Amino acid sequence: MSHTVADLHRGEQGTIESLSFDEIPLALMEMGCLPGKQVTLVQAAPMKDPMYIHVNGSHFAIRRETAERIVLTKRLCDEF
Amino acid sequence: MSSKKIKIALVGNPNTGKTSLFNQLTGMTQKVGNYPGITVDKKQGGCKLPDGTLAKITDLPGTYSINPNSLDESIVLETLLDTDSKDYPDLVVVVAEVENIKRNLFLFTQVQDLKIPAILVINMADQMERKGISIDLKKLKEALKTEIVLISARKKEGIEDLKQAIVNYQEVPREIPFQISGKIDVAYFNELKNSLKEFPLYKSWLLLTQKQEASFVSKTSRRILASFKKDPKKVKKYQHKETIYRYKFINDILKRTYLVDPSKAKDLRSRLDKVLTHRIFGYVIFVGILLLVFQSVFDWASVPMDWIDGFFSNLSKTVKDSLPEGVLTNLISEGIIPGIGGIVIFIPQIAILFLFVAILEETGYMSRVVFLMDKIMRRYGMSGKSVIPLISGTACAIPAIMATRNIAGWKDRLITILVTPFTTCSARLPVYAIIIALIIPETRVFGLFSLQGLVLMALYILGFAAALLAAYVLNKVLKVESKTFFIVEMPNYKLPSVKNIIFEVVEKTKAFVLGAGKIILAISIVLWFLASNGNRDFKNATQQVTEQFSESEISEEALDQKIASYKLEHSYIGVMGKLIEPAIAPLGYDWKIGIALISSFAAREVFVGTLSTIYSVGSDDEGTIKQRMAAEINPITKEKRFNFPAGMSLLVFYAFAMQCMGTLAIVKRETKSWKWPMLQLVGMGLLAYVSALITFVLLK
Repeated sequence: MSHTVADLHRGEQGTIESLSFDEIPLALMEMGCLPGKQVTLVQAAPMKDPMYIHVNGSHFAIRRETAERIVLTKRLCDEF
Repeated sequence: MSSKKIKIALVGNPNTGKTSLFNQLTGMTQKVGNYPGITVDKKQGGCKLPDGTLAKITDLPGTYSINPNSLDESIVLETLLDTDSKDYPDLVVVVAEVENIKRNLFLFTQVQDLKIPAILVINMADQMERKGISIDLKKLKEALKTEIVLISARKKEGIEDLKQAIVNYQEVPREIPFQISGKIDVAYFNELKNSLKEFPLYKSWLLLTQKQEASFVSKTSRRILASFKKDPKKVKKYQHKETIYRYKFINDILKRTYLVDPSKAKDLRSRLDKVLTHRIFGYVIFVGILLLVFQSVFDWASVPMDWIDGFFSNLSKTVKDSLPEGVLTNLISEGIIPGIGGIVIFIPQIAILFLFVAILEETGYMSRVVFLMDKIMRRYGMSGKSVIPLISGTACAIPAIMATRNIAGWKDRLITILVTPFTTCSARLPVYAIIIALIIPETRVFGLFSLQGLVLMALYILGFAAALLAAYVLNKVLKVESKTFFIVEMPNYKLPSVKNIIFEVVEKTKAFVLGAGKIILAISIVLWFLASNGNRDFKNATQQVTEQFSESEISEEALDQKIASYKLEHSYIGVMGKLIEPAIAPLGYDWKIGIALISSFAAREVFVGTLSTIYSVGSDDEGTIKQRMAAEINPITKEKRFNFPAGMSLLVFYAFAMQCMGTLAIVKRETKSWKWPMLQLVGMGLLAYVSALITFVLLK
């Protein structure tokens, strides 16, 4: 199981590993959501949808289905 | 002194204060027009530069990228690519905000790559110190090869510097620091460049990556572009790569020139968002704000509305008494003055609603509402962004439907457009107000809430419920292909600027009064004509009635009344009302209400005006409209005409029926088809008729 933005808890951070090019809208990248960038989950609406994130200096909300496409690098605890 | 003119386009992200800057530069010279074919506002104004040159400034819609995601964003693309258009700018001023300079530079490098002279404005510079931001302007200018001006649009700081920079714009080096060529698939881009030599490479690239073909490009060029489009996956991959490279370029520059001291960063945003976007408090606060808005609209507006009502009925009377009797006097006092009054009376409510919407937008709160409501609205086939049109719809459906153009998905947008007319617009208010006053007693529930107010609130809820229900059905029924995604920026919270808000409210109210006003005034005059002319019976009214009552003892006053009502019955409009009476009698209406219904299909607010025209034609009774309506008796049942069942039935009818030509016209324009407005007209009409029938039958 890959770890995505949708798995973040409120206030938690992660680093973007990759975005699936075919499914990610260009606009998301143009807002600054790029591989290698830190992403923080600022707030989530009920059912974690939509999700309000902070990445690369931008604050914006995306739906859960989009958040699931943003893969994060594995957390340390996953490796042990 | 030169009489040169230069054309300047303001480009920038939303929420950067671009509109504040535009207001400062152009002041009262600005005009809001339309782009041909679509209803996106085109804001232009003039500005005199220090060297005497006149600058024509266009405020383009806010966007994050030249690649458009919505209808208004596509205006930016078109303006910057169509070199033959009369609005093609000599210079682009990119407006960035000091806290979010990175994303703004993305757009800036795109404009530069198009080989259009561009200068950068960094707005809200007054907040730099407080937020711990420092910028090495000299290095940044060198790296971006452009002129940079620091301004604070709200404090009017730096505006003169900007004007001077515009004058000097010829001296801005034309070297382009970031170009798409030479980075990704060099062979592919070289071939593209050589195939379309007359365009800058980036223009060709933008043209070929758009879904829609540009109408302003020649057929030959279009064919060449199409040949580069054969592998859409490749094109998409290159677009992503372009984005990555652009940001890399910008990050490298900002690392050297832009510093933030994190200890100084005060976080108003996170503290407010903890509450305002909270999964429980967020919703509680939103409902609270909505209640506050509606409460204020009624409370604050009722006083000026009473004045306006009183003023126009006095004016009518004065004109009638002071001018010599005749057709012209009657036209003025019975047609034109009540007609204008019928428009002016809406100004308080509409202005107050626009005021609240403008404040919610300016502070940044509206984006939080979009975030909170998205999941709920999606269940009904709409998007969080549909909330704004639905709230604006309580003022008027016309601007509300225009506000749907920032909804990205076509299906979401179409459903929002189709259901927005269900929300209780201010044109329904006078109808509701007068009927409620007639049928609901002025009592208080629990000694606190006014019963009349509660009924009015129930009608608002009925409107929203109908909108959601209709959306739910449409979502199941409509087979429209559309892929949607949802990205909403959460801007920083800001104190609203008084000047911006005044501009916004005045502009929107003016547009409504002039747009809807023309229709209402025209209809009032037509109605007056139809009510004061008629067939042979109408012309012989005096004789006929006098003969009829020649045997009976009747006062002269009562006889005049009989003549007046006989005349109305045989006027053209009376004949029309009688014609539809059989169809509306089951709903509890008579031919007089029928007349009001017919005229309401032009615009609902005409209802009250029509009844007042109908009852005032030939009558010397100077009471208000309400008193005249309350005195109406149903000749068959001898009950009041506006009794409880008939009144409720009318309320329900007006809640559902699509009675507004202005809205139908705007829906046609926005959907580019008559199919959708016709669906609204017939669908909502049927719903209104059936519901009103059921209401009347149940309550009778």
